[in-house]
Amino acid sequence: MGREVSESCVDSLLTEMVSSYCDRFYANKPELAARRIEAIGFQVGHQLSERYTMERPRFSDNLEAIKFICKDFWSELFKKQIDNLKTNHKGTFVLQDNRFRWLARMSIDPSSEDGDLSQDNSAPVTENKAAQATSMHLYFPCGIIRGALSNLGIPCAVSADISSLPACELLVMECIRLYLLSYAHCIAFISTARYSFFSQSRSSCMIIVIFHPCISERALRFR
Amino acid sequence: MAPVIPRSGDAIFASVERVNAELFTLTYGAIVRQLLTDLEEVEEVNKQLDQMGYNIGIRLVDEFLAKSNVSRCIDFKETAEVIAKVGFKMFLGVTASVSNWDADGTCCSIILEDNPLVDFVELPDTCQGLYYCNVLSGVIRGALEMVSMKTEVTWVRDMLRGDDAFELQVKLLKQVPEEYPYKDDE
Repeated sequence: MGREVSESCVDSLLTEMVSSYCDRFYANKPELAARRIEAIGFQVGHQLSERYTMERPRFSDNLEAIKFICKDFWSELFKKQIDNLKTNHKGTFVLQDNRFRWLARMSIDPSSEDGDLSQDNSAPVTENKAAQATSMHLYFPCGIIRGALSNLGIPCAVSADISSLPACELLVMECIRLYLLSYAHCIAFISTARYSFFSQSRSSCMIIVIFHPCISERALRFR
Repeated sequence: MAPVIPRSGDAIFASVERVNAELFTLTYGAIVRQLLTDLEEVEEVNKQLDQMGYNIGIRLVDEFLAKSNVSRCIDFKETAEVIAKVGFKMFLGVTASVSNWDADGTCCSIILEDNPLVDFVELPDTCQGLYYCNVLSGVIRGALEMVSMKTEVTWVRDMLRGDDAFELQVKLLKQVPEEYPYKDDE
């Protein structure tokens, strides 16, 4: 095991980074803030993947690369592996982490919401803000995965965002309302894919990796 | 009530959750690089790093006080020692030293020879004037402000600029006594 620092260093640095980009640098432009946060993650993922694969032979196919991300890469970063890997055999992979460290300690700031949730017009606004804050944090790990895979020669798109589908949205809001004062929940949706996953378990996080269309879509058997 | 014994930096570091320092180093490096791209001016980046450090410090001090069991420090000398020996150790896993006290005991240097933030980091020539570790000065300033000490923290030596160690000068400007918000006779 190499050098270590306390986890609160990383937590506070990430929280401060997200808050700086969202509230100070790009206060009214969440898309720009998100892109910067994802770009920072990309650099980190790219360099980490470089370091962790220096002594290995190249991966034989995309599935091997994804498995590396799920097992060794994730273990180096979070001391655990990805809990569940699914694919549709057409270039989309879903990585599920049931206890994602960076969300496990997040809580939604109670001062950011009005105490009175009975007002219908204010509740969606504050809950949307909470959902937005959560999704901002998730841009960073998405960037890490995209950067790591890009270093392995696999361009892809990675998302873990909260979609605006009406049916799911209710659930998102429900969950966040229940856990407003304790831990945030990560519920990830794919807005364009055929699947819609959601999870109500605490700090469960789904990360969706979609391969670039020009990569050959040979069926990838996973097990 | 039994006296609460302050814990040593090593003991606390061994008991907290720890992570791979590479993640920390690379994340910080990526943040600095992105700030340089977005803000372009080195002075502005220095300022933002200090501000980020300040925001981190005002929260980190709570964890520090909770985990270290330090009682109120008698004077600024003790404060500086505690920061160097316990604070740096429990978060960054490295110990700093304190020296260069002035006659009043209000100004000292905290010296760091080993710094996880700068592992594998080299500054290119285009970054003249950048204080890469400026987040640390903000953290110290923010943390001390939360315990009623207004300080000014500046860099004296910076290994990324060719010096042999990192040296931060911490100058106590004002000690604001704690005030109760209510008057006694009301």
